[in-house]
Amino acid sequence: MSKKPTTGNWTRRDVLKASAASAAITGAPLFFSRHAYGADFLNNPGDGGTVTLGFNVPQSGAYADEGADELRAYKLAVKHLNGEGDGGMMNTLQPSALKGNGILGKKVEYVTGDTQTKSDAARASAKRMIEKDGVVMVTGGSSSGVAIAVQGLCQDAGIIFMAGLTHSNDTTGKDKKANGFRHFFNAYMSGAALGPVLEKEYGTDRRAYHLTADYTWGWTQEESIIASTEAIGWTTAETVKTPVGAGDFSQYITPVLNSGADVLILNHYGKDMINSLTQAVQFGLKDKQVNGKEFQIVVPLYSRLMAQGAGDAVKGIFGSTNWHWSLSDAGSQAFVKSFGQEYGFPPSQAAHTCYVQTLLYADACERAGTFEPCQVVTALEGHTFDGMGNGPTEYRAGDHQCFKDVLVVKGKDNPSSQFDLLEVVEVTPRAQVEYPVDHPMFAGGDLGSCNNGA
Amino acid sequence: MKKSTATSDWILFIAFSAVVLSMPIWLAPFGANYPDLMQKFAIFGVFAIGFNILFGLTGYLSFGHAAFLGVGSYTAVWSFKLLTMNVLPAVVFSILVAGVFAYLIGFISLRRSGIYFSILTLAFAQMSYNLAYSVLTPITNGETGLQLSLSDARVLDSMVGISTGRSLPSTTLFGTKMSGLPGFYFCAIALIIGFFIALRITRSPFGTMLRGIKSNQTRMSYTGLNTRPYLIWAFVISGMYAGLAGSLLAVTDPLAGAERMQWTASGEVVLMTILGGAGTLIGPVLGASLIKYFENIFSAFNQGTLNQAFAALPDGIQSVVVDVVSLFVGEGWHLTLGLLFMITVIFLPGGIMEGIRRIAGLFSRRKDKPSTGAAGTVAEQS
Amino acid sequence: MDALILQILNGLDKGGAYALIALGLTLVFGTLGVVNFAHGAIFMVGAFCAVTLQKVLTISTKVRDESVTLFEAYKEVPILEAKFPVVGAVIVDYSVPLAIIFAIPVMLLLGLLMERGLIRHFYKRPHADQILVTFGLAIICQEIIRHYFGANPIPQSAPEIVAGSANIGAFLGLGDNVVYPWWRLIYLMFSFLVISGVFAFLQFTTFGMVVRAGMQDREMVGLLGIDIQRRFTIVFGLAAVVAGLAGVMYTPILPPDYHMGMDFLVLSFVVVVVGGMGSLGGAVLAGFLLGILQSFASMNEIKSYLPGIDQIIIYLVAVVVLLVRPRGLLGRKGVMED
Repeated sequence: MSKKPTTGNWTRRDVLKASAASAAITGAPLFFSRHAYGADFLNNPGDGGTVTLGFNVPQSGAYADEGADELRAYKLAVKHLNGEGDGGMMNTLQPSALKGNGILGKKVEYVTGDTQTKSDAARASAKRMIEKDGVVMVTGGSSSGVAIAVQGLCQDAGIIFMAGLTHSNDTTGKDKKANGFRHFFNAYMSGAALGPVLEKEYGTDRRAYHLTADYTWGWTQEESIIASTEAIGWTTAETVKTPVGAGDFSQYITPVLNSGADVLILNHYGKDMINSLTQAVQFGLKDKQVNGKEFQIVVPLYSRLMAQGAGDAVKGIFGSTNWHWSLSDAGSQAFVKSFGQEYGFPPSQAAHTCYVQTLLYADACERAGTFEPCQVVTALEGHTFDGMGNGPTEYRAGDHQCFKDVLVVKGKDNPSSQFDLLEVVEVTPRAQVEYPVDHPMFAGGDLGSCNNGA
Repeated sequence: MKKSTATSDWILFIAFSAVVLSMPIWLAPFGANYPDLMQKFAIFGVFAIGFNILFGLTGYLSFGHAAFLGVGSYTAVWSFKLLTMNVLPAVVFSILVAGVFAYLIGFISLRRSGIYFSILTLAFAQMSYNLAYSVLTPITNGETGLQLSLSDARVLDSMVGISTGRSLPSTTLFGTKMSGLPGFYFCAIALIIGFFIALRITRSPFGTMLRGIKSNQTRMSYTGLNTRPYLIWAFVISGMYAGLAGSLLAVTDPLAGAERMQWTASGEVVLMTILGGAGTLIGPVLGASLIKYFENIFSAFNQGTLNQAFAALPDGIQSVVVDVVSLFVGEGWHLTLGLLFMITVIFLPGGIMEGIRRIAGLFSRRKDKPSTGAAGTVAEQS
Repeated sequence: MDALILQILNGLDKGGAYALIALGLTLVFGTLGVVNFAHGAIFMVGAFCAVTLQKVLTISTKVRDESVTLFEAYKEVPILEAKFPVVGAVIVDYSVPLAIIFAIPVMLLLGLLMERGLIRHFYKRPHADQILVTFGLAIICQEIIRHYFGANPIPQSAPEIVAGSANIGAFLGLGDNVVYPWWRLIYLMFSFLVISGVFAFLQFTTFGMVVRAGMQDREMVGLLGIDIQRRFTIVFGLAAVVAGLAGVMYTPILPPDYHMGMDFLVLSFVVVVVGGMGSLGGAVLAGFLLGILQSFASMNEIKSYLPGIDQIIIYLVAVVVLLVRPRGLLGRKGVMED
């Protein structure tokens, strides 16, 4: 089946839709179902030889480079699923039902869309994929607001959503949905992983000053980091909310100088993080002495792409990350190898999580023996696997969050190449970052029941 | 004279309705006949028509109209959450609340004119956006956007015993789900009603008064007439249109995000209106549809689809063509939009409607219609 | 006290940036009567002049990192530094200040081209058309920059010698905590310098006199047999240079990305209007005023009483100023009021 967005040839669906519409215009009462062509779930690929996935990533706006990297990973995943290339992590996934002949024998095709990092645009794009292109699964995104918005849409429509880069606790907490799954780690895990490392490096007697992006993700991260730093005996000097996209953060940084705090925690991501970190370093915070201690800066959520934007400012600064290309396990190596050969540079953590999500979805379909969303949900829930670069991992049934090891990283002092910006300081084991489903930071949500759109 | 205008207006109205309602058919060759995009055409058409009542008729350029759109959306979603999933109360409340909000902002902003007015409206909209994004999160749910949840009260629905169990309810019009094609027809009818009202306003003495303000406000006030009430009414009406558009966004997709109120969203409706032809009745709808088409269809082309599209070409040429074209589609769709703006405004000073009139002029020379003219006459002709 | 001094410095610094961008915008308003939505893009292109120069100066030979086997990883050794170890390193270190020299002709040329090729045809067109065409141009500039430089911000560093902070506290006899980055102080001085330069140019040269006369009454100056058009073209070029230099100098503070122009566009319009359309002094005054107020509004002491005030203060001030003073702080009657 051809997926050309503009084509002179009418497909069967077009004809059906058009005839339904013309019937309506002539006034004939007709009940419109989106499944007029008979299917037991939405966008059932039926007997066709192909199945279509929707890759919804930011192609414009602040996260465009991250989105581009996600898209590269998706294309690579499609290639591997269809049995082209070297197979990447298909060879290391354990257990694996993947056969390298598409998904359930159907060749994988894909459509792409631009989320613009706006909820509205992202939902419009996802709706296009669902209504026009007939996708069975939507994946992608580079911010929590978008991920939550699209997850809600997929729940309503009745297809599977495999979240891309989204770090807010809410994605699998307050706003969790039965049809949505997140492989990426979250703010709570960042805090839990960073706590012990910060204690080891900076001691137990510290006063932390938080600058926090003034929206939901920033707040959940601030909450998580405060909880874990106060658990190791730190005090919190002040928490200050900064407007998103402030650009110049000087007016928020100067009060830090006089606050008596000796750690600055930047709960910023993307451009905000690049700007606030660069500027904090310019204000001499990295070389400052307070209470006889070296002043420190911590960036709880790190990514290599952001580290590039901040240049030398990241050196020596701690943070956490979902995955890093320098890991030496077989899965990571296989992925970095095939990504590196394809594109000439290493994948980012966003690329990694998106690639893994696609493979996991395909594997779940194979295990379920169908694309039917509810059976795929069942196949994913509680599934444990290994070989995807994060060690043994479980998709927890209670909230559809992956539980796995978390990396604590540090900006490298002497990079040996342009990609060598972060070094992995510690691999925090899964047990240490785990929390109960009804943990207060994740409370208030309800998976609801799965929806197959029929 | 008056009678003939009325007849031509009816023809215009009926033609417009037919074209809007038959979108699912004639949009098929453009790959745009799926419900969500057609809904967007209709919704942003409403938004632009309303904006044009203010800008096209009075010349007052508001740079903050997205605030009313946002308020409309929030109101609608709250109506879904608190009262009922039926869309009619949501639409009515949205229009009313947006109207009140517009009155407050208009009352202050219309003390100034020209660019000072524009900046005042911009300032109010940006304040709304910034607060909705952060401090007002309890009301707006901030960045994530206001969504339905299983624990919503839905007082009226629960009174009549509608419960949805473990899955989220859908917006309905007395039982008909407002997603997909029915949702489009609901929006389309709103657009047609909105168009009809705009048509009546344009032709009414009130509309004439507004155009008078545009051409020469000083002269109007010298005649002893206080123009301010007229302006405020125009502002409120166009704010209500924006509220309606906002509620329709929530009807077809019950989520209201703060970025709907950002200045870029206000700027978008300005661009839509100018691109289509400010002061014309059809132009704003055309402009809105064109921009939404680019945003949704052009951004979706990727290397794969391009390779397919140009598969007929010889290999060498194909890769060159694909490389060149891919600059303008997919992630490069903004570039195409920028070019479209420039080309339109350079060659067609009156927007797309100007182009249509020029083409029409070629065919009907004998009627001796003027091919160019002030925006006022444009409105008469379309 | 310490905190106040620092916030005033922050405000002046921000104000300097706002004023520099607004200056060119209001100059173009006042002389050509054109609403230039591409002004932010000009600022952004200026910043990318610095990026371009840095990229050129650090053209590198790639030394393969043998420890990485899965893809080609390189350590980049700038050729200039390798060939001329001492001089080369200094030149690379000073790439941002050097970019000023590079940016002036580039921005002037860009400004002249824009005016001659496009803006000139829009003098008599409605403001709506001007907005659409300049907005389109801004998008095109952005997309071109993105095509070559990507969407991620690109870090630019100030010269090593001014990379740290100045201990103003010690200088003024205050506490140790009153430190301020050298580069921001330089930026402040630079903005004062450029603003005074523009004022002096318009005040004390014959050219400036004619332009000012043209701003007052364009037709009259034309009737006197002066080619006001050509001078206005040069004014547009000047505005582009000022915005471009503001962009170049801002890069060490804010790593530039393709979208930074849009982020500043709305703000600079607010500054211009609060200052009063077509008033140069007003734009500068409003720039510093808004910068300082924004800094104060961000202080915890104020935010705890009025949450979110720092997010809206600029717009709030704009509303108040425009209601109290109909034409902004120093605006003239009849400019852009219709």
